[in-house]
Amino acid sequence: MYAIKVEDLTKQFNGFTAVDHISFMVNYGELFGLLGPNGAGKTTTIRMLTGILKPTTGTAFIGEYDIQKKPLEAKQLMGIVPEMANAYIDLSAIRNLLLIGELYGIQKKKRIEKAENLLRLFGLYEKRYQKVRTFSRGMKQRIIVAMGLMNDPQLLFLDEPTSGLDVESVRLIRELITEFNDKGIAVILTTHNIEEANQLCDRVAIMNHGKIVAIDRPEKLKRTIQSTTSIEVAFDKKVEPGEIIFKGVSEVKKVGDKLRLYTEKPEEIIPVLVKYAGSSGNKIISLNTLAPNLEDVFLKLTKKREE
Amino acid sequence: MNIIEQLRRSWAITKKDLSVFYLKGPVVISGLLIPSFLFIAFVFGRKFSLEFLIPGLLGMALFVTVSSIGPVIAPWETRMRTFERLVSAPIALWAIILGDIMASLLFGLFITLFIVCVSVILLGTGILSLTLIVGTILAAFCFSSLGLVISAPPTDNPSNIMMLSSLIKFPLIFISGVFVPISEMGQWKIISFISPLTYYTDLARYSVEGSNYFSPNVDLLVLFGFSILFFVIAVKGHKKSLSKRF
Ligand SMILES: Nc1ncnc2c1ncn2[C@@H]1O[C@H](COP(=O)(O)OP(=O)(O)OP(=O)(O)O)[C@@H](O)[C@H]1O
Ligand SMILES: [Mg+2]
Repeated sequence: MYAIKVEDLTKQFNGFTAVDHISFMVNYGELFGLLGPNGAGKTTTIRMLTGILKPTTGTAFIGEYDIQKKPLEAKQLMGIVPEMANAYIDLSAIRNLLLIGELYGIQKKKRIEKAENLLRLFGLYEKRYQKVRTFSRGMKQRIIVAMGLMNDPQLLFLDEPTSGLDVESVRLIRELITEFNDKGIAVILTTHNIEEANQLCDRVAIMNHGKIVAIDRPEKLKRTIQSTTSIEVAFDKKVEPGEIIFKGVSEVKKVGDKLRLYTEKPEEIIPVLVKYAGSSGNKIISLNTLAPNLEDVFLKLTKKREE
Repeated sequence: MNIIEQLRRSWAITKKDLSVFYLKGPVVISGLLIPSFLFIAFVFGRKFSLEFLIPGLLGMALFVTVSSIGPVIAPWETRMRTFERLVSAPIALWAIILGDIMASLLFGLFITLFIVCVSVILLGTGILSLTLIVGTILAAFCFSSLGLVISAPPTDNPSNIMMLSSLIKFPLIFISGVFVPISEMGQWKIISFISPLTYYTDLARYSVEGSNYFSPNVDLLVLFGFSILFFVIAVKGHKKSLSKRF
């Protein structure tokens, strides 16, 4: 039994196709990532799966329920953290959780117990009676994620749950997501943070212009593209990328204060680089060889479509 | 999913609305002050008897307070980004709307109760009747539903809705027999028939003055009809605008 089964889902806004005939499945216990640049259609996809938007064509099943035909039953199974959603700032942290508990029909006693547990888990127990208005951005986001867990969901939808947060909050939220995922619930996470997708997800769908351009385990995605081993080098004195396109280097890119050289044979390029530094009176400060990473896959796949 | 369960969840919406939007110092105080000012202005400004003024005031106060906050909830929640979380919960849209309606109904009844108390002190007893109580609750539901009809356009700007709300509300007050009894409106009285407030004011006149234009049963029936109509339009309107809110 799949947690989610999407078939041929499409969404058009006044003739503009935001999501373009996508199909995929997610299993229980799986952490599934939707990765894509801004405007790829991730949020639109999530909104169709959570019953907020009506698809133009296609179907989506949540467990055994068609989200179009049995929206309430389907929603009962889901926990949802919408993109940039807020809690009620004029209600206390605990009141926000209790409201959600009530909307999911959880008994009063259980509701309070559940809310207090989540507040402890998210490090907000001490502040539970404070209005959310007084919370920092990271604390507000923790409340929103906690609200998504109030109903012990079988599926958890998270639309960019960590964007704009500090390291500490990001780590806490990621840890808790993983923890809940380990209990067997399906997690659907959208992000444009490649590293996040790489670290957290069992499977990633890369979206671009409304289409799924690749869908697989992160490791497998990395292996699908060749010639993306690269060397990252930092020089003491500034070097323009154009100066070091040696034979066997397919591309040189500036990455911060470093330069990245894409090549199939790093072992042949490294000596050339060292010689170049010596002959031009420059010094190499650092040098790393990098295996293909998800970012390369991502860029390659999303660029291919543009061309 | 069963209706009782949905109604229970609807009540959660009502409680949320009351604490987020209504039970705040300034809202309650202005809710109480506006009818009081109107009352004072009327008592001293015109040469009508209290028996004539109180039903009109009652109608106007109920109408104004009940439809004051209700319309801005949807745009406010859209702007504050709390609405998507709400509609992705397993609660039907009609139950969310009913919850919003109940909140402004309760708020309006509370303010009206205050006016009734003042009126009883000023007039002695005789204002309260079962018909008036039933009529007041029905009218509060009706006006509150009208507020939710007004909030249906998919904007996230509360002041747009406020403006629309004033554009609809003020003309209605003037054609509803609040200031001039229907029987004295001559041929213009036809237009008063389109306003739900007309029937509530008429009912209140019956309870206080003992005289009215329609029979109380007609008033109740028409208010009931308007309530159903507004509720259905509100649900349909919000359903249509929902996808444009995000
Ligand atoms: N309500 C709407 N009306 C019209 N166009 C819309 C609407 N919602 C989204 N779009 C368009 O659909 C496309 C996909 O938007 P979507 O929000 O799904 O992207 P996303 O992948 O979530 O991007 P981001 O990473 O920026 O959140 C965008 O081009 C957007 O402009
Ligand atoms: Mg998005």
